[in-house]
Amino acid sequence: MKSLINRLTEQFKVSLEKQTKSDLCFIRVNKDDAEQLIRHCRDHESYTHLSFLTAIDRIEDNKFTLTYLLHNYQSHQSLGVHVELDRENPVMHSLHRLWGQMATYQRELKEIYGIEFPGSPRLNDEFFLEGWDQIPPMRKEFSTVEFCEERFPIREGRQSTDAKQTMKVEIYPGRGE
Amino acid sequence: MKNEDNTFANNGLLPEEMDLFCNARPVPYEPYSIEVVEKFFNWMRANSLWIMAFGTGCGAIELNPLMTSRFDANRYGIQVRPTPRQSSVFVIGGYSSVKTLKRIIRSYEQMQGPKFVLALGICTINGGMYWDSYNTIKRLDHYIPVDVYITGCMPRPEALLSGFFELKRKIKAGECDGANRYVKNLDWYKDNQKRVIKKWDMPDYNW
Repeated sequence: MKSLINRLTEQFKVSLEKQTKSDLCFIRVNKDDAEQLIRHCRDHESYTHLSFLTAIDRIEDNKFTLTYLLHNYQSHQSLGVHVELDRENPVMHSLHRLWGQMATYQRELKEIYGIEFPGSPRLNDEFFLEGWDQIPPMRKEFSTVEFCEERFPIREGRQSTDAKQTMKVEIYPGRGE
Repeated sequence: MKNEDNTFANNGLLPEEMDLFCNARPVPYEPYSIEVVEKFFNWMRANSLWIMAFGTGCGAIELNPLMTSRFDANRYGIQVRPTPRQSSVFVIGGYSSVKTLKRIIRSYEQMQGPKFVLALGICTINGGMYWDSYNTIKRLDHYIPVDVYITGCMPRPEALLSGFFELKRKIKAGECDGANRYVKNLDWYKDNQKRVIKKWDMPDYNW
């Protein structure tokens, strides 16, 4: 994978983020260079398969990180491409022309994170929520517990115990740290 | 929700769909005037429990071993029917998301009475492991009436069978009045349903 990274750094403004395994590494690229880089990987480096596109909500850095995971069937190596987006105004270029299934991933991210992909087909159709009227549910500022208490009545008498305390006190008394 | 002549307003439908759906209110089932005959009817109902083949959650996986040769629920008169019109028992298999709840209500209302609901798993009772999930309901009996609960996560097919025996006992004793409760408290159920189902694009009662 070293040679691939070297080849890519010659042509694009990329930086190696980390190599987690011998056949998997992650690189970081600008939002505007991402389409060119991914197209290059697909057409010239045999990374022909899109494994997934997902987003990570880094609320403490005020950023979203998009992860495109590409796979090479010849060398059985995977390449993750990280793209950082501003959390206040998350807009990313639509890459649905590279892979048809990208449109579905983008539709999903639009619904659960509110990330915009202008020009992506059927972007505003409902993906799995019906009639959702709150902020996108996977954003970290969305409190599911508060939402549940307000929307769904709960039967009286439900108890929850702290798993750590139960282990320490009831299951392994005197053996915890 | 109601028109002046006590029919449904069907506000969720488009104007061109209004004529396609009935807007009448359902009426409660009156037991047969001779008690012995009604008991005989109940005995027959208890021995021909036809499940609707609609797997609404992960618990639906327990229905497959129930119907195959090891547990063989057919020997108790339990079998699976493909449409709500032919079935009398609705097995809610575990959690139901809001999206599924809409389909559950639709199918439940389309079932012919007398109809019974068997709620499977802890999720239908108090939310279970999905107690803080944003898109699953926490207690099913706010939305449709439930006759028998079977707790567990997941309940084994044996537990499911014992739930069916309990349902049979209740039917024979004439205690399963879920459909009548639904009709009598229909406004309360509809309020609860519309509070969680924001995209209500079906008639108020699905005949």
